[in-house]
Amino acid sequence: MGTSERTSTSRLARDVAAIAVAITAVGVSFGAIATAAGLPAWLVCAMSVLVFAGGSQFMAVGLIAAGNPVAAVLAGLLLNARHLPFGLAIAGPVLGGGRWTTLVGSHLMIDESVAFALAQPDASARRRAYWLAGGTLFVGWNAGTLLGVALGGAAGDPGVLGLDAAFPAGLVALLLPSLRGVEARRVALAGAALAVLTTPLLPAGLPVLLALAGLAALALPLPPRREAPC
Amino acid sequence: MLIVAVLLLAAGTYGFRLAGVLLAGRLALPDRVRRMLPLVAATLLAALAATAALTEGGGFAGVARPAGVLVGVVLAWRRAPFIVVVVAAAATAAALRLAGLP
Repeated sequence: MGTSERTSTSRLARDVAAIAVAITAVGVSFGAIATAAGLPAWLVCAMSVLVFAGGSQFMAVGLIAAGNPVAAVLAGLLLNARHLPFGLAIAGPVLGGGRWTTLVGSHLMIDESVAFALAQPDASARRRAYWLAGGTLFVGWNAGTLLGVALGGAAGDPGVLGLDAAFPAGLVALLLPSLRGVEARRVALAGAALAVLTTPLLPAGLPVLLALAGLAALALPLPPRREAPC
Repeated sequence: MLIVAVLLLAAGTYGFRLAGVLLAGRLALPDRVRRMLPLVAATLLAALAATAALTEGGGFAGVARPAGVLVGVVLAWRRAPFIVVVVAAAATAAALRLAGLP
């Protein structure tokens, strides 16, 4: 490993650790909330291991507590459908190789592992970032869940720590290198605007998928460059 | 019954994850489309970040969270280290809540 590679790996490890702390804290809150909602402790822990997608787990627990497990499954799946295009996008550089790489690596696919991979400049760095982020966050999420189940009502609200602001800010920071080009920025902004505007109207998960319509912005001609007045 | 719900959610979620990865190896996508795939993922993540920053349960997320995210985004734009972006966003939102803002 060259010196610059070692520097970038240690910077990557530090960045992943920052998000891992936040994810662990949210995991504590998930464990506590799910237990309070009446789910058996072992099922709460199994859910974090097997589903490993925080947003859908919170939503499913809410709907299960409301007595509607069918809706919990459907709403959770709608929220998680975005992983299919994620897989299409990162499969080549990140999850190519043996069968086990594909089977295990696919389970580590979450928003943050995809974002960390996309933020890297080349295929080997993407691979390293994906596995480091996915593996670390898997451990953090499940350790947090376990702790939350144990603490129960004694676990605090992560909103007090402002963690709900940390995740979107971290995602944007990881996305900026991918959005250097004018076209990429236009597509992402159009998609994000579309998702925000349709959120009050559509079930959760659908607005984010609808953002892909932002790709249509690519078909529009670029605005003509204005000549600088002399 | 609950365990069935959890298992179905887990299996379906894993199915989405694996399907994309397997499809990528099997679909004969034109190069033009293949080059756009990272942009597809980036657009989904941008939409996710925007909805998470601004909305909560289909309504507006209040003041503290969007303000915290805004501080983080400005810092990221100015090329601040990642950890500074994340901590500043959380600290801003936490401080505003402490001050009584929603």
